[in-house]
Amino acid sequence: MEGTAVRGRLTWQTGKVSSVADETPTTRTIMLDLAGWAGHRAGQHLDVRLTAEDGYSAERSYSIASAPGEPVAITVQRIEDGEVSPYLTEELRAGDELEVRGPIGGYFVWDGGPSPVLLVAGGSGVVPLRAILRHRERTGSPAPMTLLYSVRTLPDVIYRAELDGYPDARVLYTLTREHPAEWAGLTGRVDQAMLGSLAFPSEQRPTAFVCGPTPFVEAVAESLVALGYPARQVKTERFGPTGDANG
Amino acid sequence: MSPVSRGFHGKRREAPDKASRVPPGQYLTEGFPVLSAGPTPHARQQDWTFAIRQGGQELKSWTWPQMRAQPTEQVTADIHCVTRWSKLDTHWQAVSIDTLLAQVKHDAKYVMAYCDGGYTTNLPIADVTNGQAWLAFGYEDKPLEPEHGGPVRLLVPHLYFWKSAKWVRGLDLLDHDRPGFWETYGYNMYGDPWKEQRYAGD
Repeated sequence: MEGTAVRGRLTWQTGKVSSVADETPTTRTIMLDLAGWAGHRAGQHLDVRLTAEDGYSAERSYSIASAPGEPVAITVQRIEDGEVSPYLTEELRAGDELEVRGPIGGYFVWDGGPSPVLLVAGGSGVVPLRAILRHRERTGSPAPMTLLYSVRTLPDVIYRAELDGYPDARVLYTLTREHPAEWAGLTGRVDQAMLGSLAFPSEQRPTAFVCGPTPFVEAVAESLVALGYPARQVKTERFGPTGDANG
Repeated sequence: MSPVSRGFHGKRREAPDKASRVPPGQYLTEGFPVLSAGPTPHARQQDWTFAIRQGGQELKSWTWPQMRAQPTEQVTADIHCVTRWSKLDTHWQAVSIDTLLAQVKHDAKYVMAYCDGGYTTNLPIADVTNGQAWLAFGYEDKPLEPEHGGPVRLLVPHLYFWKSAKWVRGLDLLDHDRPGFWETYGYNMYGDPWKEQRYAGD
């Protein structure tokens, strides 16, 4: 899998928060104005650095929520005992400066192409997958695309209005904790039976992008391999078991 | 000089006795987060082998019983993931890479570790010798779980943890450095956490 590396230095740059928008009670999208941004690919992430008055600093990585060519946006899920995410979701406001560097990562990315794409999200794992959906929409890509999004309750769905508005991408929610009485959609955890009923068959040579908490990603990736997806066509991004790796 | 983040005070400052063991940009975790690029492979012990190769030739290989017959070391190490968690005083049961390299004749400068699932990572030979690197099959006195790299992972705790390749199946001996999997995608060729060598050019 090794090849020729692209060697370039990633430097920290200071951007300005152009706007913030709450997506759900625990997630917020932060739009950034970054003069020196070199562009990004759908699925990449960036690093954020916060610095206190005494020089103490904390860094975390966040997936980029916007499509290539759009201003950089991140969507942050608040982790109650976290250090960085409560600041980003509660304190930061339009006009503030924010130090970032990126884009980072070149594996969990989708650049286009005609093959079918299966996106499987657990919770805030939808963020980089939303960038992929937006990229498809903006470029008019003919790639068949399905998003299966596992979430506890309907109000926890991030980007719902946008996701429901894609004319020819298939978007399915599965509600794992509770659902409205009139809910006609999927319920329960993603398992092999659910995936088998809606995933592109392996003969169509699909690529799968799976992002979410570790147990979720483990279960989905194993199910896809069992359904005949080659392991190399199943790309994963995971959070820590307690979420603290993403705090 | 970084700008001050208005209203940020930080709350994960580590106790002084531990702070000196946490590299810049890292924070301590009690959990053991998992990061991998794809599905978790499940190699069975009876099918598992570990090889040292050079120039396409296998110099030596070990089956599972042959590997377990090598001297086992108890390793206590602090580990540091490039995603910013660090974990202190982890305990591993492992075979030293020195023990294995002593059984082949070579003049390599670098190694490329290769793994089930196709993952690779590159290391200087100087960083996998002299008691700095192991093949770990046990974690906290239990068999290493597949999601953490079992049955066997590389353990090179003085470098960022992506160098401690999971599901490792061998070392390719090289006379020059080449990027492995994450290194191809912009991560640092060496990965010293104390110099914060996360990405290319750091």
